[in-house]
Amino acid sequence: MNRAPILIGYYTMVRKDFMRIMRIWSQTLLPPAITMALYFAIFGTFIGSQVADIHGFPYIQFIVPGLIMMSVITSAYMNSVSTFYFAKWTRTIDELLVSPMPSWVVIAGFVSGGLIRAGLVGVIVIAVSLFFTKLTLFSIGIIFGAAFLTALLFSFLGLINGIFAKSFDAISIVPTFVLTPLTYLGGVFYSVEQLPEFFRNLSYFNPILYMVNAFRYGFLGVSDVPLSLAFSVMGGLTAVAFVATIWLFHKGAGLKQ
Amino acid sequence: MATTALKVENVKKVYGKDGKQKGTEALKGVSLSIEKGEFFALLGPNGAGKSTLIGILSGLVLKSSGVAEVAGIDISTHPAQAKAHIGLVPQEFNFNIFEKVENIVIDQAGYYGLSRAEAIPRTEKVLKDLGLWEKRSASAQSLSGGMKRRLMIARALVHEPEILLLDEPTAGVDVELRRGMWDFLRELNQKGTTIILTTHYLEEAEMLCRRVAIINKGQIIEQGSVKELLTKLNIVTLLLDSVEPITDAALVLLRELAIERVDETTIKLTLKPGQTVNEAIRKIGATGIQIANVRNSGSRLEEVFVNLIEKD
Repeated sequence: MNRAPILIGYYTMVRKDFMRIMRIWSQTLLPPAITMALYFAIFGTFIGSQVADIHGFPYIQFIVPGLIMMSVITSAYMNSVSTFYFAKWTRTIDELLVSPMPSWVVIAGFVSGGLIRAGLVGVIVIAVSLFFTKLTLFSIGIIFGAAFLTALLFSFLGLINGIFAKSFDAISIVPTFVLTPLTYLGGVFYSVEQLPEFFRNLSYFNPILYMVNAFRYGFLGVSDVPLSLAFSVMGGLTAVAFVATIWLFHKGAGLKQ
Repeated sequence: MATTALKVENVKKVYGKDGKQKGTEALKGVSLSIEKGEFFALLGPNGAGKSTLIGILSGLVLKSSGVAEVAGIDISTHPAQAKAHIGLVPQEFNFNIFEKVENIVIDQAGYYGLSRAEAIPRTEKVLKDLGLWEKRSASAQSLSGGMKRRLMIARALVHEPEILLLDEPTAGVDVELRRGMWDFLRELNQKGTTIILTTHYLEEAEMLCRRVAIINKGQIIEQGSVKELLTKLNIVTLLLDSVEPITDAALVLLRELAIERVDETTIKLTLKPGQTVNEAIRKIGATGIQIANVRNSGSRLEEVFVNLIEKD
């Protein structure tokens, strides 16, 4: 298959998922906006007004980047895992598997859907946050880079979850029991420097800490971890997830008998 | 230019082989060659390996060993090129039921590298050819079973494949619709599309296909033209209607003949090689049964099929 048909195949997948995301906006775009508005109101405004500044910033300003990142992570992951598992469950995945599109194009199609939804949700949550606080921009490049790498990583991870999932329960186990705790403990609501040494050292094993801090650095110019280390962790994990996804597709794991 | 549309050589498939687990052998070294332009049927009982073979050819199932080629292209080494030649109509409905009919077809064209500008007129053509144009804006879930089946065919044809693989395409379709689909497939074949069909309706294979292969327990047990198979097995099956109800006592006397009761006044007689109609009817008459009418049993191929499967 030469380049033009591959691009058309990829475009078809992305267009289809974009249309789906927009068609069911009340399930894909609205919930994170409402959830984050509640977080901003309760934790940021009501409780946050009683909390001391962190790294020289008011509490609400400190938590906004982490909350945006939280919705980016959840949206990227859920989009990939749900579209892929639904396609597998209904066997519409066969439409793609019988086509001449190479595996990497199919993967790119699913992952792009995750990126699009994460991007849209990120922009919506940023817009919602402006009702509660003002946002400072330290580096747009770092904001974009951290958000992109994180969304990419979690799109791949969602896809891997979808590959192994054998029931709808299996696609909610990881978000509920792994993703949510790691996000909450990933420095969204606090600086790890405020933690006792043991928990601070433990937090450094949480990859989401690096994503939240890199993203926050883009807005506020402060981070609990070195920026180069944060981007190395994100880049390294994304590369591993990419290779793992390609390998699983190549093997036909969970797809081909 | 290659004249072979599909070729499989010693293809084996073992499901569930994992470490020490032996797994289930679904295909035990299948070899087939199908020429371009053929209308070929793959017959076999449930679990014989038909869908596994179709799955291997279309890229949905990974073979354990052997060689499979589509239009001379090895599906293992050049899967994308090989798959571009194939259109697949699977046994189960596998489209998004919430999607609009035309979108299902247009998207499939996109996966085969056709731009929307090319896909839209092609979609119109295939939907019109299959009588679905009026339903183009309906969601797929609102279609009847027969329409869903036709939608699967339309989707498989939108990229104009040289080879069409149909896995039980008329299952659950009413007789009238089935005959309409036969006409459509016949016309498609006459225009040059190679068609490979798996079916439970043996009449379908007999009506449509020039060549058939019978697969059982993962092995091809017979293949050739329908005529060759019928001649080779020399099987004749007749339905005999009696004037009076046939008694069980009379049937006991006819144990040496292969007779089955169909209903109170009808029996089915299968003539084995060497037996003649005259001789059989004379024996039946000798028991007091008065034959009012003799007619051919429905599908002759069915007899071949049953005979082979029973022997295997």
